[in-house]
Parts: sequence; C-alpha cells; structure tokens
Amino acid sequence: MLCKRVIPCLDCDLAVPMGRVVKGIEFEQIRYAGVPWELAERYYLEGADEIVFLDITASRERRETMVHVIERTSERVFVPLTVGGGIRSVEDARRVFNAGADKIAVNTAALQDPGLISRLAETFGSQACVVAIDAKRRRVEGEERDRVVVETPEGPVWFECSIYGGKKFTGVDAIRWAMEAEERGAGEILLTSMDRDGTTLGYDLLLTKAVSEAVGIPVIASGGCGSPEHMYEVFKHTGASAALAASIFHYGTHGIREVKEHLARRGIPVRL
Amino acid sequence: MRRRVAVVDYGMGNLRSVCNALREVGADPFLVTSPGEGGRADHLVLPGVGAFGRGMERLAPFSSWIRERMGEGARVLGICLGMHAMFEGSEEAEGVRGLGLLAGRVERVPTRERLPHMGWNYVRRVRDSPLFQGLEGGHAYFVHSYHPVPSEEVVVAVSDYGTEVCAAVWKENLFGTQFHPEKSGLFGLRVLRNFLGT
Repeated sequence: MLCKRVIPCLDCDLAVPMGRVVKGIEFEQIRYAGVPWELAERYYLEGADEIVFLDITASRERRETMVHVIERTSERVFVPLTVGGGIRSVEDARRVFNAGADKIAVNTAALQDPGLISRLAETFGSQACVVAIDAKRRRVEGEERDRVVVETPEGPVWFECSIYGGKKFTGVDAIRWAMEAEERGAGEILLTSMDRDGTTLGYDLLLTKAVSEAVGIPVIASGGCGSPEHMYEVFKHTGASAALAASIFHYGTHGIREVKEHLARRGIPVRL
Repeated sequence: MRRRVAVVDYGMGNLRSVCNALREVGADPFLVTSPGEGGRADHLVLPGVGAFGRGMERLAPFSSWIRERMGEGARVLGICLGMHAMFEGSEEAEGVRGLGLLAGRVERVPTRERLPHMGWNYVRRVRDSPLFQGLEGGHAYFVHSYHPVPSEEVVVAVSDYGTEVCAAVWKENLFGTQFHPEKSGLFGLRVLRNFLGT
C-alpha cells in the first residue's frame, strides 16, 4: 500500500544571492525562514517524503539562483524534489531537471498555454509533470454555466483559478481545469486553497475532496495547515495522496516526524 | 580508496541524483556515454526512467561491454528501467530484445490500483541477498507501471500494491531494484552501500 506523503514547501525569494525561504500570510505579508538547501536538508533528515520549492520571485534573471539552490540541495537530500514558479517552457523545465529536480510544477504558464502540459509530459514523462492550481471560493450567483458547484455550509460555491501567485483571476473553474490537466498528461495536481493559505485554519476539505474525486491522478492538498490534526483530516476526509505545509514546519510549531507519528497513531499509512 | 562506479548514461533520465547518492555513500561515480569510456570499472550502474523500447535502442551499444565487465566479476546494478533492461523483453515494447542477462520478461503490474505505481511503498525482503544485508525492509520510492516477472529464482524483495510487485532481484553479480535507491532516503543509501560492498 502506498504511504500518504508529508511534504514541506519552501517558498523561495531568489532576489538575494543564495535565495531565502519566505512565508506569506494569505499570499501577502512576508516572513523569512532560512537558506533553502539548509532547510531542505533538515526536513529530509526529519523524514520529509518529498520537498517542494516554489520560486515566488519568478522573474527570469533569477532562474540561475533556483538552479543553484536545486544543485546544492540534490547533493545532500535523497528524496524527490519538485520545483515550481516561473517555469514557462520545456527549456526552463530542462534546466531544473538537469540541476537535480525530479518534478516540475506549472501554474500560470499552463493556464495561458495548456499545450505546455502535453509538451512537458511527452518530454519528461507524466510522473515529472505537476500542475499547480491556486483556487479561490466564489459564491454562486444565479446560474453558473461551465462551472462545478460545490455545496458548503456557507451556501453553494465554485472555485476560481488564479495566476501570478494569486494576483490575477482567470474565471477558469478549478475542478474542470484539474480534469483537463489530467487529460493533457499531468501526473499530479498541487492544489492550493487561497482562502486557507497562511491562515492555519486547516485545509479546504471540500475543495480537496471535489478535485480528488474528479481526477484519477494524485492530489497534493495545500493551504491552511496549522496542526498535525489538519493533515489527519485531509487524509481521512478526502482522496488526497499528499499534504503540503510550510509555516508549521518553518517556525518549529510542529516537526515533520511529530506530524507523521501523529498520522500513524491515527491509522494513516506513512513512512516512518 | 573510493570505489570508481561507472554510471551508464544512455540518455534515459537524469543521472545527477544517482551520482550524488553514490558520492554520499563514499563512491566515486563517473558517467559513461559510450562503451569505450567505461574501462575496467568493478561496479556498473544502469539507471533509467522512461520507456523500454527507446531505452533498449540506446543501451544496445553498451551490451558487449557490460557482458565483458560481468564476465570479469564486476557488479552491475540496474535501477527501474535499468533493471527491466536486464531481462529478455518487455510487454511495454513487444519485439524489442532486452539484454537477456536474466531469464524472464517485464510485464504490466497486474493490479486494480492506479498506475503508475508512484510514491513510497514498503519493500519487504523475501530472500537473503547482499543487497539487503542487515535490512529487513524499509520504505522506498517507486515510479513505474511495469515490473519483471523472472522465470528463475532471483526475486529478493517485494512490495504490495494490490498485487505483489517485484521490488528487487539478485543473481550472482547482477542486482536490480524497481525502486529508486537514490530517492529513497537513508534506506536507499543503505541499499547502495550494500551494492558497493562497503
């Protein structure tokens, strides 16, 4: 049986020479957490099943810094590494793979050019191609055509995809987009709830459940994790294959091993 | 002295991780991009991610060099596609011949679970082998849809994924893992150390 994966996420600001890990609160305020490869190694030794690096600076001249971060990390960290942020082409992807990444995640570029997903999957394999979706709840007003409506205690909602790190909205339905991404060859969906991100209120279970039921590929739940129990809830109540978190690990609120031991005690299969 | 390990670069996947992991366990890996560069290495690694057909096409030129090294007692480790290549053929590419170093074929994993089998799964030792010396089992990272079905007794470890998946094989100086030891944390590094005999 496959284990549920616990994945720390390093949001990297690469505008400084060696890069630094930062964490935003609801996609806005920024705090600093450390040097990317040092944090990555610490998490690896604590039992992280995979590590995700997101370039939140995402301007072209800083791409070299991410290559350097991945090269340094892959010398010491022996679990899968996923890199996202600012990857716009097969060539961009090739550079991070050559640096030692195992998977790349695309968001904005894929929404603007869905064919990119197929090109990446054909070149590097579906297993290496993750589509990241930043989704925000929208209240249903009147008839919603081409949108999947989900019932919530606050009334019916649909989920809208955003791009450019949450700065711009697309009108695209997140659940439908996840299905299209799978058809085009994505191997995994990294699903972030913008409503929950940075809040520590727990994952958006309804969003995660809806997407994991709509697609056959693994879904990584993201956004809102504030305690080990939140990870338990997302594995218990949704079909998520993995749960991603940042701040609870960065600020030492909870260690990775502690989270995994909690999950194991609650009957979730994890690698210990 | 650090052991020189020839990592066969036949253009199927990223070799940086494999080399980094070998370095981490004290070896001195070097890439071999043509059979002439391999020399007399005592340890060969066949890595690989991707499809059997294309992989064999690119690996074929190395075939006689690999046999020659094996004949002189070199240890060979095939990882994922690299292990598949050691068998006679694969359901993934009918009509394409494998290296035929091990008897049997590679088949699609007969499971009701989702394929590819991707993620961390428990590897359970079923027979003693140098590869799992001192290890009962451990979690390892898999990414595959096919696995070997050997026609001789070479399976030394299995994994459960709705069916029994062949996780590792061993015969004399030939070793193979379906999982990626270079991505399987401390367990994977231990398996690599055992392969090197260090």
